[in-house]
Amino acid sequence: MATLHTVNKSPFANQSLLSCLNHVKDGDSVLMIEDGVYGGLAGSGLSDAVAAKAGSVQVFVLQEDLEARGIDAGRLIDGVTAVGYDGFVNLVAETDRTQAWL
Amino acid sequence: MSDVKKFLYVNRKAPYGTIYALESLEVVLIGAAFEQDVSLAFLDDGVFQLTKGQKTDGIGVKNFSPTFRALGDYEVTKLYVEKESLEERGLTEDDLQEIMYEDEDDDWEEKPSIRIVSRAEMADVMADQDVVLSF
Repeated sequence: MATLHTVNKSPFANQSLLSCLNHVKDGDSVLMIEDGVYGGLAGSGLSDAVAAKAGSVQVFVLQEDLEARGIDAGRLIDGVTAVGYDGFVNLVAETDRTQAWL
Repeated sequence: MSDVKKFLYVNRKAPYGTIYALESLEVVLIGAAFEQDVSLAFLDDGVFQLTKGQKTDGIGVKNFSPTFRALGDYEVTKLYVEKESLEERGLTEDDLQEIMYEDEDDDWEEKPSIRIVSRAEMADVMADQDVVLSF
């Protein structure tokens, strides 16, 4: 019974990503979309918090939103995976519920 | 009635800075007509929605906080409030308004709708739902 969590705000603007990470269960997935993709950047003040969860939950960023912002997938935290819209759809279909962290 | 689903409305925003909180309450009241198993979650700034003593005359918007006390009449009786979110904001349960419902299965005894839960318990509540609606 896994949940897909989506985060669409920059983690440097509000607490949504941190609150999400504080409520995920093992086996859940987190998908960063829109400005949320900045949460996937390696070397930021929040990278350690994301990396610490990347073992027990799967962490994804939306490729199109990365590209739009000029972020190369090589800049992502180890264990964070870029997926396209098709991957987004698969995640929604594979999980039992989707929870948006607005 | 196997078609009853568990709905959770997640409230994470303070009441008057944006329209999210009021819209959430409107959707809860609409959804109550469909006789589903409804719960509300209040965490992060969402806990500010339930404080007592709100007076909005001076800012020219509707004070919708009394409406939470009507939810029991619509069989919405589970309001989960996260303890850590209260504490981070210097609040305790005493700062929240009293919200009661009459339990039809217990001789209409008045019971509190607000249930203070830990962050871990809130995660369990979230994971136990069929549908999660976020505001």
